Amino acid sequence: MTGATRATSPGPERIEGHAKVTGTARYAFEHPVADPLYLHPLRATIARGRVTSVDTTAAERVDGVRLVLTHHNAEALVPIGDPELAVLQSDEIAFRGQLIGAVVAETQESAAHAADLVEIRYERMAHDSDFRDDADIVYTPDADASPMLSPDLEEGDVDAALADAAFTVDATYTTPTEHHNPLEPHAVIAAWDDDGLTLHDSNQGSHLVRDLIAPLFGVDKERVSVISPHVGGAFGSKGMPHGHVALTALAARHTAGRPVKYALSRTQMFELVGYRPPTRQRVRLGADREGRLVATEHDSLEQTSRFKQYAEQSASASREMYTSPNRRVTNRLAALDVPAPTWMRAPGEAGGMYALESAMDELAVSAGIDPVELRLRNEPEVAPVSGLPFSSRNLPACLREGAERFGWHERDPRPGVRREGDWLVGTGVAASSFPSLFFPGSLATIRHESGGKYRVEIGAVDIGTGSRTALTQLAAEALEVPVEAVELWLGSTEQPHASLAGGSAGTASWGSTVVEAVRAFRTEHGHDPVSGAETTAGAGKNPDAGEYAMHSYGAQFAEVRVNADTGEVRVPRMLGVFAAGRIVNPRTARSQFLGGMTMGISMALHEHSVVDERFGHVVNHDLAGYHIAGNADVGSVEVDWIDEHDPHVNPVGVKGIGEIGIVGTAAAIGNAAHHATGVRVRDLPLTPEKFLR
Amino acid sequence: MDSEITLWVDGRRETLSVDTRTTLLDALRERLGVTSPKKGCDHGQCGACTVLLDGRRATSCLTFAVANDESEVVTAEGLAEGDEPHPVQRALLENDGFQCGYCTPGQVCSAVGMLDEVKSGWPSYVTEDLDESVELDEDEIRERMSGNLCRCGAYANIVTAIREAAE
Repeated sequence: MTGATRATSPGPERIEGHAKVTGTARYAFEHPVADPLYLHPLRATIARGRVTSVDTTAAERVDGVRLVLTHHNAEALVPIGDPELAVLQSDEIAFRGQLIGAVVAETQESAAHAADLVEIRYERMAHDSDFRDDADIVYTPDADASPMLSPDLEEGDVDAALADAAFTVDATYTTPTEHHNPLEPHAVIAAWDDDGLTLHDSNQGSHLVRDLIAPLFGVDKERVSVISPHVGGAFGSKGMPHGHVALTALAARHTAGRPVKYALSRTQMFELVGYRPPTRQRVRLGADREGRLVATEHDSLEQTSRFKQYAEQSASASREMYTSPNRRVTNRLAALDVPAPTWMRAPGEAGGMYALESAMDELAVSAGIDPVELRLRNEPEVAPVSGLPFSSRNLPACLREGAERFGWHERDPRPGVRREGDWLVGTGVAASSFPSLFFPGSLATIRHESGGKYRVEIGAVDIGTGSRTALTQLAAEALEVPVEAVELWLGSTEQPHASLAGGSAGTASWGSTVVEAVRAFRTEHGHDPVSGAETTAGAGKNPDAGEYAMHSYGAQFAEVRVNADTGEVRVPRMLGVFAAGRIVNPRTARSQFLGGMTMGISMALHEHSVVDERFGHVVNHDLAGYHIAGNADVGSVEVDWIDEHDPHVNPVGVKGIGEIGIVGTAAAIGNAAHHATGVRVRDLPLTPEKFLR
Repeated sequence: MDSEITLWVDGRRETLSVDTRTTLLDALRERLGVTSPKKGCDHGQCGACTVLLDGRRATSCLTFAVANDESEVVTAEGLAEGDEPHPVQRALLENDGFQCGYCTPGQVCSAVGMLDEVKSGWPSYVTEDLDESVELDEDEIRERMSGNLCRCGAYANIVTAIREAAE
């Protein structure tokens, strides 16, 4: 079960590859539509209060303007429980940048110009957007905030165990607001006709968009079509439809069937499509003389919005990671007058494991135990808390294989003693983990066209993960035909219902669905089906669900250089070794891990949305101010994985690979920076000034 | 105010009347239906709109269409010969140097333009010897390609692909 994979085949290239490298793959805004109009939004310039008057006279005089939409003339939407979608339903303002209207015009230029001419007056109310630990704003999320986990957990006596521990760590870590910034801005084209609403939309699940937008407008789901063949990255920000989809569809009610196009500007994306909330996390660890944990405590405080609750529960990272007889986990929220946070790649795990894995490194240093060895000594036999067996858990193999390949054993543990020219050099390690999820309810249609060619349809989406290619492979394998004999259709509500791309559960959920649909097809039509033979089916319930603890694991190793004079941090080398069940396509899977690790480097070194509490907005709201890792920020990034056969997770044996790459990366880099300098920075990102003292 | 201009786009002659506020990128995408160059930021910060403008790489969102009368624009679509990708595109396919694909046409145009700059002996910030011809090692590629952001994080594969394509 151990030993790194030496893939004999790299896997097929992406099916849509040629269209992407030539730019002919069509993203939402690029679908040719007849006679379109363009929308430019009106947005609140105060953080809390209400709109008292809107003067649209000057805007309406602009050549080409067809509509100025505000809460005065917008139609009533059906309340469906999502405040983000209830746009223009009242005069209330809950956060700065909120959508409060729109101008629709013949060109983008006219719409933008006219929007500037709309005069809006407000009644301001006091707002609070200062994230802090203050009883006035802090509360415990209710159980339905995060249905899979309760916010709190307590086992044994943490305080007593800490008092008796040979070695202890008590440290507080902070992570900042971060924004997803997929390269393709959120975009939608909305058009109403006699049949209903058509949306060309950039999202993580066309069926979910339909399932929410149809009831919002009080129409049957069958009357809403959502078309999304290519999506230019998402990372969680396109998981739930945001207000812009509702706004554009509302505006299109007034245009006599003409399509309305709206692509968010980069700046608007910092207020309208979610973000990773800032956290403040305190971790207390206690260990005996051999480094075995006797107590684990992890308390997390995260920002949410008063307008719409979001809880990702970062402290839950410490529930099942290591054995510890005494354990306390708490998750709290601080509610502010800010936009609503949302899932961002590894929500909870990315920030939570940064804190836990940094604390583990601090424990290794204080106990004088190698950090790889410390983790191996705390490896649980069965899942902590639940007592369930692991479906598979190869964290030790990842750590050992990674240590071997990285050259870890030659490491001098002393911090701050290696210098090459102006640079202090260090290495660090962290573990990563992500739950293996499966979303039920997807359906796939298998159709034999003729001559051994098959058409497979599933309303899934490829947001860049490679799902179009992986699902084609899984279908071909199940059908026992070459990959070329399968034509896979996804990315639209024209295909059968499928769950959203999220939770690293795409290939697990859709792949299982496709494989089960093929089985149903063979049962119904046999191995020599007639042309036109067709079956639609889905995957049943996994009998092992609830019987096993199911997670992916990984070990991240980083070499870091910190400039002794300027404090600049560079990451010339990273290695990630993962155990994530079956790898369907090594070529595209490697990119998933690589992309996660690269975003992890970016999280470690650069990303920080700076909020000006006086106004309640993000100041550095573009890609010059909000730096994401560029090419020269990333050095050598090596990725490998352990052969892992997991018969329990799902029918295709995949555990999910989209998010685990970002988990642990920032901790490995922070730990390496400490090893380089002797300075322990506990606040992301690791910017130069934090090393100069 | 509108002005009539002529553009040569991927070898085709296009004459159109543009609002003087229209960027070259919007003229290509919204007026001519040429959507290979992408809009990622509209501020020249991400590089997704990179095209070859009169032979040199340029961010098409930072120039007005009206200022480019009679210019030659080559997009990533125009770099391929039908089904036959350009060597840079072929190398990106083989090395999986992209995921969502949205930054990719810009990366392609930027890489093609960059390789030409290297051939012409243009130094970069990381070029050590300004008198010798540039040796295109990985650090040179990383530096010269840093105007093109990739949020999917395919940089390591992009660098490998460009190195292969350059050989």
